[in-house]
Amino acid sequence: MELLCPAGSMPALKAAIEEGADAVYVGLKDETNARHFAGLNLDDASLRDAVRYVHQHQRKLHVAINTFAHADNFKVWQNAVDIAVRAGADVLILADIAMLAYTAERYPEVEVHLSVQASATNAAAIEFYQQFGVKRVVLPRVLSMNQVRSLVRSTSVDLEVFAFGSLCIMAEGRCYLSSYLTGESPNTAGACSPAKFVRWDERADGSLESRLNNILIDRFAANETAGYPTLCKGRFQVGNDTYHALEEPTSLNTLSLLPELYQEGIASLKIEGRQRSPAYVSQITRVWRQAIDAVMADADRFQVQQEWDLVLANLSEGNQTTLGAYHRKWK
Amino acid sequence: MKFALGAIQYFWPRDVVKNFYQQAAESSVDIVYLGETVCSKRRELKFDDYLEIAHMLREAGKQVCLSTMTLLEAPSELRELRRYCDQGEFIVEANDVGAIAYLQEQKLPFVAGAAINCYNQYTLRQLMSMGMSRWVMPVELSREWLAQLLQQPLVKDVRDCIDVEVFAFGHMPLAWSGRCFTARSENRPKDQCELVCIQYPEGRPVTSQEGQQVFVLNGIQTQSGSRYNLINQLPSMHGLVDVVRLSPQLMGTFEWLEKFRANEHGQAPQTLDKNDSNGYWLALAGLVQQLD
Repeated sequence: MELLCPAGSMPALKAAIEEGADAVYVGLKDETNARHFAGLNLDDASLRDAVRYVHQHQRKLHVAINTFAHADNFKVWQNAVDIAVRAGADVLILADIAMLAYTAERYPEVEVHLSVQASATNAAAIEFYQQFGVKRVVLPRVLSMNQVRSLVRSTSVDLEVFAFGSLCIMAEGRCYLSSYLTGESPNTAGACSPAKFVRWDERADGSLESRLNNILIDRFAANETAGYPTLCKGRFQVGNDTYHALEEPTSLNTLSLLPELYQEGIASLKIEGRQRSPAYVSQITRVWRQAIDAVMADADRFQVQQEWDLVLANLSEGNQTTLGAYHRKWK
Repeated sequence: MKFALGAIQYFWPRDVVKNFYQQAAESSVDIVYLGETVCSKRRELKFDDYLEIAHMLREAGKQVCLSTMTLLEAPSELRELRRYCDQGEFIVEANDVGAIAYLQEQKLPFVAGAAINCYNQYTLRQLMSMGMSRWVMPVELSREWLAQLLQQPLVKDVRDCIDVEVFAFGHMPLAWSGRCFTARSENRPKDQCELVCIQYPEGRPVTSQEGQQVFVLNGIQTQSGSRYNLINQLPSMHGLVDVVRLSPQLMGTFEWLEKFRANEHGQAPQTLDKNDSNGYWLALAGLVQQLD
């Protein structure tokens, strides 16, 4: 079972490798990936450095090109594939049918993984994408453990699941909430709830309001920790109640599911967070390396160490974690 | 320009659904989409009921299309999807690529629904080579995006081989989740939802703490808080759009259908409601309402 860690920069990539990631995934410095944030990601030259560094350590580099190409500048996405292949990336993570078809035809020897942004949640969808030679599918965070288990048994491709990080509660790649409020979505612009639309207003009573494109997402009392206004994690009104109508600010943490994921033959565990700091990547990778080593040594006796939970909780949104959809009750 | 009724997105009682399609049969609508697209637990009407309605509508001269589930997770949902794809009488709207896989196997033509991610000419051509005969543009795209896509040489050559459809009226489907938000809003777990969404035939409005309606909860689906209404943009669709979709609302759907027809060439523009939007078509944030 592979540990696949995120990197938004060379220092983060080095941290992941040093702490024992089997593979690292990165994006290019443009709108071709779903973490298109200012100051993040690698350019052409640093991608080549990244490949060299990762290969020196006998690990693998995956490049995410997982947004949807625009009609008028398709070349940008095509170039991204060309650049990644030429740099020697081990794997391309793709979502757009256009890019899957292009890569299958132009570079049939390159290993392709289906991005979570392609939203393949069932065996028929996986079968659909197999016509493009996809070797692995990254599962959306909407499935329960039972559903993951039944997928493992009904498909011949490798499956990768999200193990830790920000929790997307919608089927990824089919969520337009961000463009509904701001005009920009992960599919069209490579970002959800983009930072340029965020505004913080401090009020006279010490409370803080977070806004996205001027729409009130949440209101925090002076003693509350204020979180980033990701639109699905705001407090809204439904009927007479004001609450987190869609989801609380919380992170996904599947440590306790690790033996099951391992025994079911999940090929890879993905850690979310290319937008995070090298220090974050370092701490997360260290914990997950230890946990995966423990489960691989003896899955039956595996126990989540208290210190792992502590480290992960501190690195989580709102300092809380959830099993998300893997756990039926969450739904 | 043809007008279509999308599949009913909400969970309505059986009699309400039957009555709605009786009205559809008597209306001027050209194309009718039928079927449960949101939640497989909603079983007021079953596959055979939909087929019966489909036959009735066909006899009334309507073109019928069976619409399928968007978020498919369980093997039982795939088995039900199979029945839709195997019925052999009516064209199917695929709302997940899983349906395309089944239809492609049988070399059947299909409609690609708005939740299929087709953003460019290459994907469009791929889908056409798999059998797509009608393309419903993703709701978040604009007129400008559509025009740019359709003017690409790759598409120009084959433009006549497909119909382009645009979602133009109703609350837009914007997201699908493993979680049921309507059940959550009533403090029920999804497994014990007791189909509470039948009590909300127009979904449950979600407002910001300042009273702005941002979303509508419809089971596992999240819709736009505003009602999308492109009635005044119809003249800007000529030459680009072949089919205009109205999404069934609890009240007034057929009155709006007539208003849309009347304004096909801009002869009868309408004053929009406060909660109407048209932003996406105009390349703005989806919730924006821009006056002409």
